Amino acid sequence: MSDGELRELTAAQAAERIRSGDLSAPELFEAYRARAAADADDLNAFTWVADDAPAAEAPSRETPLAGVPLAVKDLFCTEGVPSQSGSKILEGYRPPYTATAVAKLAQAGTTLLGKTNQDEFAMGSSNENSAFGPVRNPWDRERVPGGSSGGSAAAVAAGLAPWALGTDTGGSIRQPASLCGIVGLKPTYGAISRYGMIAFASSLDQAGAFTRDVTDAALLLRHMVGQDPCDSTSLAYPGEIELPQGVDLRGLRLGVPEELTGEGIESGVREAFNATLALAEQLGASIEPCNLPHAPHALSAYYLIAPAEASANLARFDGVRYGLRVDADDLLGMYTQTREAGFGPEVKRRIMLGTYALSSGYYDAYYGRAQQVRTKVADDFRAAFERFDLLVTPTSPSVAFRLGEKVGDPLAMYLSDVCTVPMSLAGIPAISIPNGLSDGLPTGFQLCGPAFSENRLLGAAYVLEQALGFDGSAARA
Amino acid sequence: MIDRAQVLHVAKLARLALSDQEVERMSRELSAVLDHIEKLSELELAGVPPTSHVVDVVNALRSDEPRPSLPRDVALASAPEPLEQGFGVPSPGAS
Repeated sequence: MSDGELRELTAAQAAERIRSGDLSAPELFEAYRARAAADADDLNAFTWVADDAPAAEAPSRETPLAGVPLAVKDLFCTEGVPSQSGSKILEGYRPPYTATAVAKLAQAGTTLLGKTNQDEFAMGSSNENSAFGPVRNPWDRERVPGGSSGGSAAAVAAGLAPWALGTDTGGSIRQPASLCGIVGLKPTYGAISRYGMIAFASSLDQAGAFTRDVTDAALLLRHMVGQDPCDSTSLAYPGEIELPQGVDLRGLRLGVPEELTGEGIESGVREAFNATLALAEQLGASIEPCNLPHAPHALSAYYLIAPAEASANLARFDGVRYGLRVDADDLLGMYTQTREAGFGPEVKRRIMLGTYALSSGYYDAYYGRAQQVRTKVADDFRAAFERFDLLVTPTSPSVAFRLGEKVGDPLAMYLSDVCTVPMSLAGIPAISIPNGLSDGLPTGFQLCGPAFSENRLLGAAYVLEQALGFDGSAARA
Repeated sequence: MIDRAQVLHVAKLARLALSDQEVERMSRELSAVLDHIEKLSELELAGVPPTSHVVDVVNALRSDEPRPSLPRDVALASAPEPLEQGFGVPSPGAS
């Protein structure tokens, strides 16, 4: 097989071939490594690419993931390998330990291909807030790949990696997956350990998968879930993640929240969404409108809660233990000047917003209120799931926008997350699958379900994926 | 509306030495975001308990037993000013 043909295999297909002896793991690794390292695709998707495959402890043919290479978002700590969370303040940082999610996948047989570009500290929806420069969308290089996990999304869409890890705090997996025409899965909060993920907003951050198809997402998730003594908010996963197999959606009750499917959704995105609803109905699902009355307030609550948590988490970057230091005459000067020089504009904005929302006199009006809204948002979902198995919405209200288009208007950028933030606040799993093109650019179809309903979610997404037959090969040309 | 004095106060709390230009921009941008967020005040939320965390776990404790940790030299290896036994910093001075 040529390198190009090798890179057309899904991760599950590649693993199968390696296990049966038809393909060698080093050959597959080198096909991806050479392509990713050259960046001939001009995407700026990687911040670091491996020189060669790491020595595996077990022969790859004997592991479930068989040595298939994995791209990992920069914010996952990887021992001895640069991990900067897209920030200048962690310049040169090579962590002394590896994140649990990455370690578990390595144990299951993946090999570390490279680290991917991202918005600084995962704050952004366009990947334009990276100290490494913006990532480009493989469907149109003048457009953004989405964010914050833009590098992981672009790498998988362009065939520079078979699959990739990302993190999702308010949509940072689902939105870029949608804009790049691939599958993005955000699992239930707590399903995967956060140990070794450089924290943004701890009550929302969750690791997840970027893959070319739903089967690969299930396969990657299967080997990441589980309780970890190093993350006291992680939970034992009830049961095993199954590889999806269904052929129809008979008996499945789908709810369509009116608050997330009306105003503000671009017409091309809405048309593609409605067409897939009709398809789901043909496949046997029942479709009914429903309401999430507090969803319109979720974004406001999110943009208080996430910055508040970030302002506390990012206090650790002070020039003492790692990363950048700007020398000054006294300690306070060293702190303030290091942080001034090391953080980019969006990170400063969120630290300021979060510090303000937590400060004396404003706490109750902002942070306290946002936490009450969070309760209402979660209650809305709970009520909806009494009547429905899954809820469906468009993933992003628009297709990929132009580089620079929203940089000067933070609020417009924040509105990119309107359909993804409510699930994050409720801690429930959600997946985005490619839903056809609008003006030549990918749109996404989002499904969400109750906590720990990943098998149901993946099963329905798989049936829709098979029926839709989306062809993403144009982005891998 | 967040004015210049408020921006400077918050920046001090957040340990950020913002430039004059940033102070002006921050005042404008944070005001726009807070105006949007202001809509939350329209909601009737009396008696609604706050959610700080969605996971139903309370006090996840482990047994208090000594375990191996990072060797000191490894922990110090990433520091801008590693000393023999700790992290070097400038004097707290008069501030």
